[in-house]
Amino acid sequence: MSLLELDNIVVEFPTRRGPLEAVKGLSLDLDEGEILGLVGESGAGKSITGAAITGLIEPPGLIRSGEVRLRGARIDNLPADKMRRIRGKEIGAIFQDPLTSLNPVYTVGEQLIDTMRVHLGLDQKTARQRAIDWLAEVGIPAPEARLDQYPHQFSGGMRQRVVIALALCAEPKLIIADEPTTALDVSVQAQILSLLKRLCRENGTAVVLVTHDMGVIAETADRVAVMYAGRLVEIGDVKQVIEEPLHPYTRGLMASIPQIGIRDRRLTQIECAMPGLRNPAPGCAFAPRCPRAMDHCHSIRPAPQDAGTGQVACHLYGETS
Amino acid sequence: MSNFMPMLYAFWDSDITYSFRKSRVAVISALVLLAMFLTAIFAPSLAPQDPFNIAELDLFDSELPPAWAEGGSAAYLLGTDTQARDVLSSIMYGMRISLLVGFASVILAAVMGVALGLLGGFLGGIVDAVLMRIADVLLSFPPILVALLINGILRGALPSSAQAESALIVLILSIGLTNWVQYARTVRGSTMVERRKEYIEAARTLGTGKLAIMIKHILPNVLGPVLVIATINLGMAVLTEATLSFLGVGMPPTQPSLGTLIQIGNEFLFSGIWWVVVFPAAALAILVLAVNLLGDWLRDALNPKLR
Amino acid sequence: MFAFLIRRIIQAALVMLVVASIAFLMFRFLGDPISNLLPEDATVQDRAEMREKLGLNDPVLVQYGRFIADAAQGDFGQSYRNNRPVSDLLAERFPATAELVLVAAGLALALGVPLGIYTALNPRGWLSQGLQVISLLGISVPTFVTGILLILVFSVSLGWLPSFGRGKVVDLGWWTTGFLTVSGLKALILPAIMLALFQMTLIMRLVRAEMLEVLRADYIKFAKARGIPNRMLHFKYALKNTLIPVMTIFGLQLGGLIAFAIITETVFQWPGMGFLFIQAVNFTDVPVMAAYLVLVSFIFVVINTLVDLLYNVADPRLRAERTPARGV
Repeated sequence: MSLLELDNIVVEFPTRRGPLEAVKGLSLDLDEGEILGLVGESGAGKSITGAAITGLIEPPGLIRSGEVRLRGARIDNLPADKMRRIRGKEIGAIFQDPLTSLNPVYTVGEQLIDTMRVHLGLDQKTARQRAIDWLAEVGIPAPEARLDQYPHQFSGGMRQRVVIALALCAEPKLIIADEPTTALDVSVQAQILSLLKRLCRENGTAVVLVTHDMGVIAETADRVAVMYAGRLVEIGDVKQVIEEPLHPYTRGLMASIPQIGIRDRRLTQIECAMPGLRNPAPGCAFAPRCPRAMDHCHSIRPAPQDAGTGQVACHLYGETS
Repeated sequence: MSNFMPMLYAFWDSDITYSFRKSRVAVISALVLLAMFLTAIFAPSLAPQDPFNIAELDLFDSELPPAWAEGGSAAYLLGTDTQARDVLSSIMYGMRISLLVGFASVILAAVMGVALGLLGGFLGGIVDAVLMRIADVLLSFPPILVALLINGILRGALPSSAQAESALIVLILSIGLTNWVQYARTVRGSTMVERRKEYIEAARTLGTGKLAIMIKHILPNVLGPVLVIATINLGMAVLTEATLSFLGVGMPPTQPSLGTLIQIGNEFLFSGIWWVVVFPAAALAILVLAVNLLGDWLRDALNPKLR
Repeated sequence: MFAFLIRRIIQAALVMLVVASIAFLMFRFLGDPISNLLPEDATVQDRAEMREKLGLNDPVLVQYGRFIADAAQGDFGQSYRNNRPVSDLLAERFPATAELVLVAAGLALALGVPLGIYTALNPRGWLSQGLQVISLLGISVPTFVTGILLILVFSVSLGWLPSFGRGKVVDLGWWTTGFLTVSGLKALILPAIMLALFQMTLIMRLVRAEMLEVLRADYIKFAKARGIPNRMLHFKYALKNTLIPVMTIFGLQLGGLIAFAIITETVFQWPGMGFLFIQAVNFTDVPVMAAYLVLVSFIFVVINTLVDLLYNVADPRLRAERTPARGV
């Protein structure tokens, strides 16, 4: 049984001009200890998918249909207090901006200790020691002194380390990491990523790594899922998807990453832009931009089918090709 | 004019008009305000009586309760005061004065504030520094105190005989000179931002004079928030005027605003003729409430963070 | 910290100097001290003597210097209206205003903060909606109208509470207090409520707005994602962030209370400094006006400086200007 299953999730936002589906029928699953990258352009629906998993979609948005299952048990329809217990203890989260993620008027130690005492029922002394251990674990020097410092006294990279410690300290089995390195200096990004990867491997924690940066995925993930206009278009092992992408969109993504050593006159782009989420056209959402679109691509939407090391939603593969 | 209709439609369909139509509160407040404005403007024609024309007063009719109470008369819907003045008419004329002072002082404060803000933001340096210091000091005092002080100084400077006639001007000046700071600060901030933009560079290289740049180019771009400030300010201005009048240093009883009426009525509180106080007070409260509600809605509608 | 303190004190002194200069200008150009201090039938010679005695023939700068020196010692000369030293008058009235302001401030805080928190956490409850309406009324209905209404209900109709004066007061040396007598306390109730109402609604709205803003912040979202229970989330994590700016704004509003006391004192004929000031404005009693101005400015400046200091101590971000962020 997988650790996490998303079964045909539809996330909808009511707006003044009618409901808007940000995520349309997404299904995927995640095994214990696995690192799954969730990749796509801005607006593709990846962050919202992450929010759907933790049950933190901003109202009036809601999960219109589909199920989220943790170890086989449904969690998307739990009452608020039960869901609260799951957050932190079973599912952790890391957000993009480490500066705003930490409460500026409380010390780093207080925030760590509170989290652990809530979920693990520790007493003050034990929690404090554990907090020091965690700070050391994420690579913060002089952890004992730093425990009583405030977030603004840490640099950006250090703060994100603290954030990681906070997310992991209640020992969850799954972490949703939403663009964890986007706000950091490039030199620091690699360090944070390897820290995250190491800790998760050591503790057997699964990760859903949401990002728009394929490079991050290549470094860190086991498998990768590609989203486009609220749907899954391809999912498979990282090596396969990067070296031999199946879906034309994924191919476009890979091709548009500039490579050191190869001199191109122009940067490759995918023509036009992702369609708006309102009034989706029938057929494949990528068809208008697809260099290999066939006639029926514009009228029949391709469902995900097994291909490569995972699945792909494209008429080029499977029975309809 | 061929693009007028589409423009009108775009405006009607735009987010802000939609937000207005949707908000019952905003619509009701706007209607109430409109009714009050019209009453104030047409008071001489609308009011059943001119309460300041002694010829129209019949002392026999003094101290009559409102029409629905025992002893009241339909001719005086809201009753009369100790000098047989119709309360309803007094309120209409009073509202006229209150709104006049309110608007005039807001316009004065806005013009002054925008001008000073433009100057400070554009010229920078010592002009700006001095301006900001003055603004800071002014802001650290409660507006009512500043208004009282300016009022006191202006009145003191006039001979006592002229005080009654000049009360209107004095009030407008006191309130206007107190409230310019908010406008100045906002406009200054926006001006400093705009000043660095390229279209200003371009204008400068073309040899456009500083004054022209300020007025033609920067001004239209910094006026946005001024409207919101002005609406909120209007409520405050009306309240301040009412307070000053109530305290006896505002409009005199010969040319009373709503505040003066309340003050006059207050003297008779214990003698049981409550209508002389309650109705002007209600009118004032409704006026300020409507302005505040509209201002609240406007501020939320124009707030980019909430869109 | 020390440098900061010195800077603020110098700023405060400058402001006081400006205020005192304005007061001096008022003295010089407003009203006529001579006709006010002398009886109507004074001769030309009497007037000339008076001019000499008051030092009005000296050069302006000398007069200015003398004025500043006197003002620094609290001497503003005689009131035009009742020929008593201004400082005496103010000292007499000060306790009345001080007690009123203190009680009103306490009331406003004690009610405003909890209600603000409640309306932020339960935005849709009927109590919240009701309080929202009341708070809107609170800042729209002029304060003197509320005062009059209070008098109408509690004095005229019900006859429970007095509508003017301070009741019986007890002399404690230089201070007179109304706290120690029943009639004193009774007389304090309505004016304190009137004064507090406006501030209370202001605080309530402020706390509500601030808290709603804080609840939208990323660190609250992150705390929620960590499964922090609602109670702790609201009352530990959100509250501190809300109260720090609110406290400082309240401190600055204390000055407003002193100003609003003018209105309250007028409505209730409360024998405080505010009432004195209004009478002075009506009469163009310049010494009293000037002295009130300087005294009140002084109080404001002191409060502002204290609040600044407090803010620096309370907000850890500002405290650590001396320990820059380190590490990688």
